[in-house]
Amino acid sequence: MANDTAKQADDKRAYLEIRDVVKKFGEFTALKDISLDIFEGEFVCFLGPSGCGKTTLLRAIAGLDIQTSGRIVQAGRDISALPPSERDFGIVFQSYALFPNLTVRRNVAYGLENRRRPKAEVEARVKELLALVGLPDQGDKYPAQLSGGQQQRVALARALATSPGLLLLDEPLSALDAKVRMHLRHEVRQLQNKLGVTTIMVTHDQEEALTMADRIVVMNHGVIEQVGTPEEIYGHPASPFVADFVGTMNFIEAVAGGEGRIRLDGVELAARGAEGIAAGTPVTLCVRPEDVVARGVGEATPNSFAAEVQELEFLGSFFRAYLRAAGVRGTEIRADFSVNLVRDLGIREGMTARLALPTERILVFAGRAGAAPAA
Amino acid sequence: MQTAASPRVRPRLGTDDWILRGTMLAVAALLFVGILLPLYALLSKSFQGPDGGFVGLANYANYFSNPALVYSIQNSVTVTTVATVITLVLAFFYAYGLTRTCIPCKSLFKGIALVPILMPSLLPAISLVYFFGNQGIAKELLFGNSIYGPIGIVMGEAYYVFPHVMTILLIAMSMSDARLYEAATSLGASRTRIFFTVTLPGIRYGLVSAFFVAFTLIITDFGVPKVIGGQYNVLATDVYKQVVGRHDFEMGAVVSMVLLVPAVIAFFADRIVQRRQTAALTARSVPYQPQPSRGRDLFYLIYCSLIGAMILAVLAMAAYASLVRLWPYNLSFTTYHYQFDLRDGGGWAAYRNSIEMASWTALIGTVIIFVGAYLVEKAKGFREGRAVLQFLAMVPMAVPGLVLGLAYVFFFNSPANPLNFLYHTMTILVICTVTHFYTVAHLTGVTALKQMDPEFEAVSASLKVPVYKTFWRVTVPVCVPAILDVSMYLFVNAMTTVSAVVFLYSPDTALASVAVLNMDDAGEIASAAAMGMMIVVTSAGVRLLHAILTRGIARRTQAWRKR
Repeated sequence: MANDTAKQADDKRAYLEIRDVVKKFGEFTALKDISLDIFEGEFVCFLGPSGCGKTTLLRAIAGLDIQTSGRIVQAGRDISALPPSERDFGIVFQSYALFPNLTVRRNVAYGLENRRRPKAEVEARVKELLALVGLPDQGDKYPAQLSGGQQQRVALARALATSPGLLLLDEPLSALDAKVRMHLRHEVRQLQNKLGVTTIMVTHDQEEALTMADRIVVMNHGVIEQVGTPEEIYGHPASPFVADFVGTMNFIEAVAGGEGRIRLDGVELAARGAEGIAAGTPVTLCVRPEDVVARGVGEATPNSFAAEVQELEFLGSFFRAYLRAAGVRGTEIRADFSVNLVRDLGIREGMTARLALPTERILVFAGRAGAAPAA
Repeated sequence: MQTAASPRVRPRLGTDDWILRGTMLAVAALLFVGILLPLYALLSKSFQGPDGGFVGLANYANYFSNPALVYSIQNSVTVTTVATVITLVLAFFYAYGLTRTCIPCKSLFKGIALVPILMPSLLPAISLVYFFGNQGIAKELLFGNSIYGPIGIVMGEAYYVFPHVMTILLIAMSMSDARLYEAATSLGASRTRIFFTVTLPGIRYGLVSAFFVAFTLIITDFGVPKVIGGQYNVLATDVYKQVVGRHDFEMGAVVSMVLLVPAVIAFFADRIVQRRQTAALTARSVPYQPQPSRGRDLFYLIYCSLIGAMILAVLAMAAYASLVRLWPYNLSFTTYHYQFDLRDGGGWAAYRNSIEMASWTALIGTVIIFVGAYLVEKAKGFREGRAVLQFLAMVPMAVPGLVLGLAYVFFFNSPANPLNFLYHTMTILVICTVTHFYTVAHLTGVTALKQMDPEFEAVSASLKVPVYKTFWRVTVPVCVPAILDVSMYLFVNAMTTVSAVVFLYSPDTALASVAVLNMDDAGEIASAAAMGMMIVVTSAGVRLLHAILTRGIARRTQAWRKR
């Protein structure tokens, strides 16, 4: 479904066009020439480590910290230089920013009361919104009397009250504890589906981005590393940074062998991504721990090799194995084996097992890039 | 990486931006006229001859070639240093007793320590005269030394600045991390070792800050040396004597400039120290809870009781002296000394003027100062404007009251000044007093505003609610306790201040605190004490009202303030 949204969107004009946006704070460049299209009804996540520029980009879109140069067009209107009050968005912050001296009802009604609507209409709208976020009976309480999760729902209701065309969420779930966070992820996403409001959420939590977003924009050092659906980001990371930041990844130093093959010391593997790389070039081979195959692997299995199990770490629903391929110096390979698999194959520390890395699951990046991302 | 083709975005200013900038300009203009221009007038006066012509450094050369005047510098520094150190030591143990021991009645002791804030500094000096003066009841304790001179000044100043020093140390000591003490104890450190390695380093910024605050307050104070200084001249009394006694305005300006030096130095030193202190306490810190210890607790109970008794005794003596017919010969009670209209100094009208002046100061001052603090803290963008306003708000702290008052004389009394019509009015007294106490009130406002979520303004802009509406509906209600604090602070200080207004009152706008000074000057000491008591009672009443209001508001807003 997410894929469809993106593809349909190719035909029509983007709802939000970001063009060549640069933001400088003194000498420091926080955003380096960002261009991005966001389509109507999409749920987009800006994902990246702290300091990557994701919040800066969100604040530029909101007009809270206007970009140094570049253009932002929302629904065909150039909003680049407009103050926040003349833009069309609702915003939810990590701190909730609920007005402490106003009841939940007055908080939600805050933006409506200013528009000189009839009182009854405002009341009805507030009631509707509180029902929508699952707090129909909490209208007369003050924010301090609610739990963190409830406060965040009120903040969401307040942001949605004026029916903005764009909903901005700045790390909305980060201040909540793990259980509540999981639950709210689901709820926020459902709410967004129901209302169809174009939404941008900033997060540093890759799991949050993978579970919630139609498309993820991975950012690092003020540039966009990759834009894609969660499946694309996870399965086909465009750079070693994305590969490392999203999920767990093995980075193995190797050398291209030509004709789609790569060599790690004694082991030679076929890899899809290695076709264009000249023999002898240093490359980095990436493979996810869950893609390392152990079941049904024999001498004849392509891309297979023997490896010693150095350590087996029990993580509840699965084991993480630390492996060292026979005849390969240096790199350790991490593999996730299900409890079943470990039991069936009798995998234990110190044994040698035959493993395979499926050709289509191996990513190859030229150079020794694997060393760069912070592990 | 960035192409030259993409032009800079020039953010368009919205209505909110214009409102904020306009208000900021207005507050900055007020401060500009209220502090910078008068200071400039003072500075230029110090380079002018009596005819107004430029004489270069001639006035300064005159000053420094006059041994009597230069001697005042040494006197000032001596008594100030001695009084500061004595106060620091006394207040240190008092604050220690209140925070690190298990003595009873802590809030009572805290309240007693704040009593001196309610009086003009003239009053403790008058009271000391009754204790140790030529007819004093305890003059034997001085072993033949006269109270009129350095001894009296040191005692009076120690009394006057005690609450300020004690409060700073109290805050510093209450912000201690229990985990450090646990760690030290578990490592086997002795009590003395813990004191020198944990306690003292923990409050070193508080100590330094208290030192500078006390030093500045004392060296710039005029009330105590005026009453009890005798022939011992200090800088503050020199300014007064040059201007009021000899009408030598140029020399008054020079002495003011000299007096400005230690105040400015102390101001910057304190700023530097405060900046370092910020990260002293983290959110993870565990507050220190003292454990009972009989010997120690008894010692501190006696100590705090003694200090508290002395503080109250000074107040009680002033009250007593104001009520007896003729000290020390006829000790029958009378309200005769409260018949102010029979005496020079302005009479009851002066008291009413003081109430009026303090009320206007509290009202107008609170509005201007809180709005100013809001602009400094919350006006997004326009960083230059905020920096200028913040600077202007800090300047009054570095300017002693006497210097400010004299600067106002030069600036507003100049016939060329279009604001000349304000001279000798109630308005100028209010402007001067608001300016005089601007900084502390401003910092109180800023501190309260800093505790508010920085995104309130962003949210309200996204909901298209104008900035002034959110200010009125959210910022002001949330900050009501701080706003009350500011208004009370301004009122009490306006009641008790002498230094700035002593140059600015007219026969129609005489003030109670100035009346204390003038009646004391005229030898009507009992009446001076009586007027001083009127100020104390009024200030105490306002403080009480403030406490009741604060408690009432706290109860009413409990639902949304609790966390």
